Amino acid sequence: MDATDQKRLLREMLFARRFEERCAEAYQERQIGGFLHLYPGQEACAIGVLEKARPGHDYVITGYRDHIHAIKSGMDPKAAMAELYGKETGCSRGRGGSMHLFDPDSRFMGGYALVGGPFPLAAGFAKAIQMKGGDEISICFLGDGANNQGTFHETMNMASLWQLPVLFVCENNLYGIGTAIERATVETSQYLRVAPYRIAASQCDGQDIDVVMSEAEKAVTHVREKRQPYFLELMTYRLRGHSMSDSGAYRSREEVEQWARRDPISIYRTRLEAANILSEEDFQKMDLDIQNEIENEIVRFALESPEPRVEDLERYVYADGGPKPWLK
Amino acid sequence: MAEMMYWQAILRAHDEEMARDPLVFAMGEDIGVAGGTYKATTGLFAKYGEQRVIDTPISENSYTGIGVGAAMVGCRPIVEIMSVNFAWLAMDQLMNNAAKVHYMSGGRIRCPFVMRVPGGTAHQLGAQHSARMEKVFMGISGLRVVTPSTPRDAYGLLKSAVRCDDPVVIIEHESMYNLKGEVPENEFFTPLEGCETIRPGRDLTIFAYNISVRWALEAADRLSKELGIEAEVVDLRALKPLDRAGIAASVRRTHRALVVEEDEAPVGVGSEVLAILSEECFFDLDAAPIRVHARDVPIPYNRQLEKAAIPNAGEVFAAARKILGK
Repeated sequence: MDATDQKRLLREMLFARRFEERCAEAYQERQIGGFLHLYPGQEACAIGVLEKARPGHDYVITGYRDHIHAIKSGMDPKAAMAELYGKETGCSRGRGGSMHLFDPDSRFMGGYALVGGPFPLAAGFAKAIQMKGGDEISICFLGDGANNQGTFHETMNMASLWQLPVLFVCENNLYGIGTAIERATVETSQYLRVAPYRIAASQCDGQDIDVVMSEAEKAVTHVREKRQPYFLELMTYRLRGHSMSDSGAYRSREEVEQWARRDPISIYRTRLEAANILSEEDFQKMDLDIQNEIENEIVRFALESPEPRVEDLERYVYADGGPKPWLK
Repeated sequence: MAEMMYWQAILRAHDEEMARDPLVFAMGEDIGVAGGTYKATTGLFAKYGEQRVIDTPISENSYTGIGVGAAMVGCRPIVEIMSVNFAWLAMDQLMNNAAKVHYMSGGRIRCPFVMRVPGGTAHQLGAQHSARMEKVFMGISGLRVVTPSTPRDAYGLLKSAVRCDDPVVIIEHESMYNLKGEVPENEFFTPLEGCETIRPGRDLTIFAYNISVRWALEAADRLSKELGIEAEVVDLRALKPLDRAGIAASVRRTHRALVVEEDEAPVGVGSEVLAILSEECFFDLDAAPIRVHARDVPIPYNRQLEKAAIPNAGEVFAAARKILGK
């Protein structure tokens, strides 16, 4: 990977961080409602894996912590922010909200609020790919908490049984909402849990994007070439609460501080600076540019966009203009 | 016009749609090699292969979700749940994903997903194999729910459901798979919306759907022969969306109504139809409408108790007499 791409990757991670921090501000200003689950600390996971996939070609699905997966898949950040503001210009026309971003044009098939719900949907995309005969793969990002749902076991079984081209990425951030993994799960190494289903699997550091990309490349290649599932576990940590309402009582300040020293952006920035790819001033300028873009283009677009019309409340319950062969 | 059984009509619809569109596929428990518990997919495995006629593990929620996911990216799956009772296990994928994804994506993702489920009480199958879940499905925004009462509708509704871009639940009936009826030989599509008057009459309307249509028709014949009462029988057929205008139009002609359902009364088709009558044509009614429905019990095993729990033509007949004061 050349220096230009390395700087772009750093910028993408920094953009993700600033985007999410701006969302938190907007939430406190009550511009964003509902539940808001932010991604700081985990940026290297979505960005590193999708860097090695083919966004816009491969299908991507995730849970409710979905903003960065959507953007890295190709969604316009303005459409993401407008959705959070509940606007008609949002990616889901203001009907979805933070947990339900969608962009089928970039094959980002959505964020979902039921933990573990996307497992079978991801396998379903893979089933469709298999039937159509393309070289796409389906990529499902979920957390460790999802692996205690029945859908995890049921889907792993069928994905392996039917050799479906689906990559399961487990972002293991050590907590299912506010319960530590060892208090909820017997086998804490998630990649070991798919062994009975005979799915190829591995585990790696999720904070160092170079490590993530290296493992993701192997995983993506496995799924794309062998046309069978793979399970990749990324060890990561969310630096903020589960959602905006989080007491933090379930983990110590020391633990959060310890993980903050493994911040994926700091790790990569330090590496690029050490290799003379990036200077301190470059980084500061990059950060400033990002914050200006977010404020002057993205947030402004969201603020200035129109609300959905109340007269359209019942639109989209059923598909407009869908086939009605009985009327022929 | 050919006479065929309900299961044969369903099989014919599968076969025609699968032959027409390579992205139509069927999945469910025992539907492939075994040919389907009620034979509705017999022979399809040999004809279309294991990629398109898929025997699933016993994992209702996740194979339903796989169907939903495939539908979201352009396939047209027909998922069979072996018994409606097992559909409770698939409710997460059906209700949270299939029913809502189109709306919550602002109309950007369509979900042309079909679920077929045999529902209802059959013969002493006990409490966990005798569920009627129409009240649950019809209460979910974003779903379409239809209930074929004849082989003709079993064929035509499945054809329409496969072509429709919305998720459709088809509630069949365990006791009706061997029912015979006329099915036109030419291809046709039964509407997924609207009710149908299947027996015209002037004295009262009997609303029914699925198996209760048979009780309604039997009662209507007796009312006519024994008492000279001409009952109109309306097959509701589509439970979601329910045809408010069609329901009201019949009662504006007959001025009296009863609803017969195989389901228990608290919450359901009967209460919904009565609410519509109250809202749409209260002043057209000459008598208070009545519901005929199952008793509010888990269905018992014992043959006599089971029979007592479920309505029948005799109860419909008695209810009609009560409404007319005869």
